Amino acid sequence: MTAQPTADLLYTPDEEDLRRSVRKLLSQKATPEANAAVYDQPLEGVAPVWGELAGVGLAALLVPEEHGGAGATAREAAIAAEELGRNVAPTPFLTSAVIATTVLAHAGATDRLEALAAGESVAALALPFSARTLPAPSVTADGGRLSGRITSVAGAPGADLLIVPVVDGATTRLHLVDVGSEGVTVTPVLSLDMTRQLADIELTGAAGEALEGDASAAVEAGLLTGAALLASEQLGVAEWCLETTLDYAKTRHQFGRPIGSYQALKHRFADLFLDVSLARAAARYAADCAARGDADLAVAASVAQSFCSAVSVKAAEECVQLHGGIGMTWEYPAHLYLKRAKADQVALGTGAAHRAALGGLVGLPPA
Amino acid sequence: MSDDAQLVRERTETLLRAHPPQSTEDGDFLAAQYDAGLAWVHFPEGFGGLGLGRDLQSQIQAQIAEAGGPAALAGINGIGIGMAAPTLIAFGTDGQRRRYLRDIWSGARICCQLFSEPGAGSDLAAVATRAVRDGDEWVVNGQKVWTSGAHKADIAILVARTDVDVPKHAGLTYFMVDMHQPGIEVRPLRQITGEAEFNEVFLTDVRVPDADRVGDIGQGWKVANATLNNERVAIGGGARQRETGMIGIVAGAWRDDPALRRPEMHDEMMRLWVEAEVLRLAGMRLGQQLAKGAPGPESAAMKLGFARHAQTLSGFEIELQGEEGLRFDEWAMKRPDHVDFNGRGPGYRYLRAKGNSIEGGTSEIMRNVVAERVLGLPPEHRVDKDMPFKEMPR
Repeated sequence: MTAQPTADLLYTPDEEDLRRSVRKLLSQKATPEANAAVYDQPLEGVAPVWGELAGVGLAALLVPEEHGGAGATAREAAIAAEELGRNVAPTPFLTSAVIATTVLAHAGATDRLEALAAGESVAALALPFSARTLPAPSVTADGGRLSGRITSVAGAPGADLLIVPVVDGATTRLHLVDVGSEGVTVTPVLSLDMTRQLADIELTGAAGEALEGDASAAVEAGLLTGAALLASEQLGVAEWCLETTLDYAKTRHQFGRPIGSYQALKHRFADLFLDVSLARAAARYAADCAARGDADLAVAASVAQSFCSAVSVKAAEECVQLHGGIGMTWEYPAHLYLKRAKADQVALGTGAAHRAALGGLVGLPPA
Repeated sequence: MSDDAQLVRERTETLLRAHPPQSTEDGDFLAAQYDAGLAWVHFPEGFGGLGLGRDLQSQIQAQIAEAGGPAALAGINGIGIGMAAPTLIAFGTDGQRRRYLRDIWSGARICCQLFSEPGAGSDLAAVATRAVRDGDEWVVNGQKVWTSGAHKADIAILVARTDVDVPKHAGLTYFMVDMHQPGIEVRPLRQITGEAEFNEVFLTDVRVPDADRVGDIGQGWKVANATLNNERVAIGGGARQRETGMIGIVAGAWRDDPALRRPEMHDEMMRLWVEAEVLRLAGMRLGQQLAKGAPGPESAAMKLGFARHAQTLSGFEIELQGEEGLRFDEWAMKRPDHVDFNGRGPGYRYLRAKGNSIEGGTSEIMRNVVAERVLGLPPEHRVDKDMPFKEMPR
């Protein structure tokens, strides 16, 4: 229950450099029009922009150097997540380069990491995106053959490698399943947020490589790191919404005045600015705890999820409302952020789920 | 250790040798600290400082504390030390600095602030207390309010109107006032909690020498703003531990008393716990920005966050306590030396927290400040901006 005096909640110059290069690349290769296009024409495979991002090292951030990675930390990955929240480009960064990569590294499946780091392979943890922790088993293993159905898996469309947890009594085993192999059907589904499309996975006697040992800790680590860094994505979404809406309120005139001169709006902006500032501290602390492997990570991640997911949704909702009519149009990108923010709120556990978990972590039980 | 830090360390050692805290009265020690230039080390030599970096002050205070010496009197003379003194350095004459600074630091003279009035709250520049020139003196008449410590104060910083024919900001002048003189009447202002932290101060033909005017005639708004900016610098503070403050009391009650827990209140309990933690982290982040010499614009908004949190949390606590929440610990009219949120009951906390969104700038004004100065939104229309004060509707 002590504060972490070593936590660095600021951004280092190197981190700002990384931000600049990611932002520049995204502004050139992931325009709002291109991001919106996936709603009418779902991607087949992975978005081309992911190749570009992997080219500047985003897929390799959390892969150790000895396995072909950059050996960076969650602090750098959080910068990428912030920028990918500001842009909402459809990429498998969170699902493959953060969650799947963390699971594989913890489970000792390091032979798979090099291809992930290079961007040649994309992996997905085969769990519903709404899961905060390992849910009840829906896949069984019989003589090494997997059968079962897993719904609403984020990052599965376009992935070539599925990490399938199979619970057997008290043990969780991971099976690595190649998407092209027999008995594996990945069916993309229409999703609230098509920039991170979900798929249903059907396994009918599929063959997979079973990893040695109990993998529940590896799955928990992946979900925890994912939750910690999702907060940075949510921060990025909220920042874009605040800044874009602010610019609009300064230029849009009604009744002969910029709408941002009305106190009714100014006060909402001030409140949102406060919330985004607070979200930044929470997201930064979660990223820093993940980077240092701090024992406080579970608390930090749930605090950040509880707070940042709500701020992100509020910012996106304010963005739509304060833009007025244009905020409701398909043409204007506000809707991309609202859909991302609302889906992110459910992803990896709702705020309420994280608060309930937090109660257990800090000794405040519900009853 | 830098040369400056070394110099300050040696001077502090010399001070402690010449005035051993164990055998020196606190007031005498503090006066000697002032004479050694170790009171406000960033002030000029001869006025309690050495013209060195402000960050060295914490080193001095730590060294004195380690030797058993007295802490700065920020608690009982915060207005003097944190607001009046820097204002005198910025705008005062050498004579005024000599007259006041040493006594302020040593606690020989306690200072209060005569700014707010019944008709000038958020709109502080609308103060109506008049100061009229009479030879080498000024004659002051008016009423001030929300004056903390006025009943213990020896001196005051005062903003008064010296010209009603110019717009409100241009007609103000700043004075140092002796509180022990006829014509000054201090009355406790009993507040919502039953106690009186503050006072009303009535000024009737109070005479102030022109030598105690700080800054030029008509410059009072600028001087007062220097004071208020120092107030903002003085607020803040170091990193806090998790669950310190009000959240520690509420979470502690939930943790220690199973009978209080109700499942339907758990999500709200945790929401407030998260909010407290996030505010703590944001304060820590601001501190790290300050330490790097790059204060963030977020600080202006933090007051909004603290007020919102204290009010919601204290309201929740009353509901959590249920039957106990219906009781109250003390309605008697008292004059507390300082606000003690944590030493009182939930009802007190709930009522006192209502002031958090009013004192030191209402949340509505703070939102304007954030929107205009941080976010760059257009300013509010000010119909009285160019209007002579005497024509302002009041």
